[in-house]
Amino acid sequence: MNRIIKYVLLDIIKNRLVLGYALILALVSWSLFNLEDNSAKGVLSLTNIVLLIVPLVSIIFSTIYIYNASEFIELLVSQPLKRPQIWMGFFAGLTLALMLAFLIGVGLPLLIYADGGIALILLITGLIITGIFVALAMLVAVLARDKARGIGLSIMVWLFFALIFDGLMLLLLFQFSDYPIEKTMIGLTSLSPIDLARILILLRLDVSALMGFTGALFKEFFGSETGEWVALMLMVLWILIPFWISLNRFKVKDL
Amino acid sequence: MRYSFFWFLVLFCFHVHADTLQVGRGKKYSSIKSALEVAHNGDTVMVFPGDYREGNIIIKKAIVLTGINRPLLDGLKKSEVLSIKSDSVTVKGFRVVRSNFSTLEDPAAIKVYDSNYVVIEDNILEDNFFGIYIQYGRHCAIKNNVIKAYGKDEQMIGNGIHCWKSDSLLIIGNNVSGHRDGIYFEFVTNSLIWRNVSHFNIRYGLHFMFSNNDAYISNVFKNNGSGVAVMFTKHVRMFNNHFMENWGDASYGLLLKEISDCHILGNKFTKNTAAIYLEGVSRAEISRCTFEENGWGMQIQASCMDNHIFDNDFIRNTFDVSTNGDLVLNSFYENYWDKYEGYDLNKDKTGDIPYHPLSLFSMIAESNASAMLMYRSFVVMLMDRTEKIMPSITPDNFVDNQPRMKRVNL
Repeated sequence: MNRIIKYVLLDIIKNRLVLGYALILALVSWSLFNLEDNSAKGVLSLTNIVLLIVPLVSIIFSTIYIYNASEFIELLVSQPLKRPQIWMGFFAGLTLALMLAFLIGVGLPLLIYADGGIALILLITGLIITGIFVALAMLVAVLARDKARGIGLSIMVWLFFALIFDGLMLLLLFQFSDYPIEKTMIGLTSLSPIDLARILILLRLDVSALMGFTGALFKEFFGSETGEWVALMLMVLWILIPFWISLNRFKVKDL
Repeated sequence: MRYSFFWFLVLFCFHVHADTLQVGRGKKYSSIKSALEVAHNGDTVMVFPGDYREGNIIIKKAIVLTGINRPLLDGLKKSEVLSIKSDSVTVKGFRVVRSNFSTLEDPAAIKVYDSNYVVIEDNILEDNFFGIYIQYGRHCAIKNNVIKAYGKDEQMIGNGIHCWKSDSLLIIGNNVSGHRDGIYFEFVTNSLIWRNVSHFNIRYGLHFMFSNNDAYISNVFKNNGSGVAVMFTKHVRMFNNHFMENWGDASYGLLLKEISDCHILGNKFTKNTAAIYLEGVSRAEISRCTFEENGWGMQIQASCMDNHIFDNDFIRNTFDVSTNGDLVLNSFYENYWDKYEGYDLNKDKTGDIPYHPLSLFSMIAESNASAMLMYRSFVVMLMDRTEKIMPSITPDNFVDNQPRMKRVNL
């Protein structure tokens, strides 16, 4: 498996696309922090990058990569290797490469300019989100045989979590504003990894506003040490479950 | 004629003749009460270190009661400790603890009844129902006291410094914590509250009702249950105070309700849920204030009118301003907004395009609090952007036409 990880990693680095991704992330984050005299605004813009760009790049790049490597995968399958090992190797290679790019691009300026708590939570959520969307990409790639369809599907997945899910949540919120739906809302947010990440960041950025009535309830849940851990664990589950499904599919897939 | 000055001096000496009575173990008087009985107006009663458990000590003569090395006056939760019922009394240097609890009589550690020119200075008050209580007092001073209590429930504890129907008071340099309201003013006029620290009180740091022509200057109000409230009052001046970390629902840095002609200058609001909440406020001037890291910088209800809000800095607030209606009768100008995205081509240090400080989402969050959960999501960002470009829901005359490019107060 380590050999496969190494091959994938080297291949991705040669691919230069991830290098470009890291470069663009670095460019954006450095300039954000240098242009704004107020580091909180830089953090805000970075939040948007972590919540939108990172998932988009992770899912699209991974989907395309898996499709392009289909012949290589077939070759590996014909070797005396176990299928889970191959699949895990690909997952680990992809995630590591993208996480590395994120760490270099965003992590460095973040640690230098932003204050510790918020920088840490942005970094951790960014890394986990990378993992989640690589896992989702692999699920998509194993479900759809056709490349064009697969890429389309992965864009849909991104769009759903970045935009449509939030729209639905807002709709629910307005429709049921007369009812005590706060707890339900907390439950529903766990259905979207991007929302989970957003709330974790929100709790650091806008504590004062969240201390209002319902905010306090959210704060009580997510803001406590256990709440924060629960949210992070839920996000890790968002990596494990899609990957586990894709793994089972891959094991029996007719290539 | 030659000796008239001499005779005058002699007479004067007789007139101001004052004794010093010493109280303490091994002194002439063993209890404060016995010394008070024989004291005359103008005498000084010196109390040496020790514990004095004498029940309710009532001062009916114009004396100076001073403690050396902070003798302890203990009410044992059975009675009020010091009651001042004479003009021109000074109480200085005591530790006063454990007054009783009674919602009918409102007992305090030190209570002033209908007296003028009373000075209460340099005492430590602990675990009392009320700390210092002044009713019908004029020209009294409360200086440099430390007032502590450990209240948990609003109903079970009184106020730190409670002033009622009084005039010309000076409240200076006190440190109040753990009471219901840190400082409470009702029907108090022409008074000054200066350099006090009021923190961790259950309800308000400062509570102000029907008290006209007062000023509070350079105080710190931190971490109180619901901040500072100024209600039903005219002509109050609030300068250079620091309101911080007043967190929670219905918790405000500064709550203004039905007040008029007030000046709010140079205050600093940090990390409050809502820095200033204004309801029925008219003709107030809010200027040179700094709003930093608050949930809401200013919640200005549509019932406010003719207020001038200028030269303020709004920095890193979640929402700078919010309101609850379409009516805008207040003017905002020359403030610094860190969310302003305009430019300044003619270099006059004010932005060339007007700034609309109201965001759509602040209106939504005002009416539907749980919407806060969706804040900073992509959809909400899109909604806010569209609203900024084409204001349709937020009132378009809610605008700062001369937003500053640089901060005012550094």
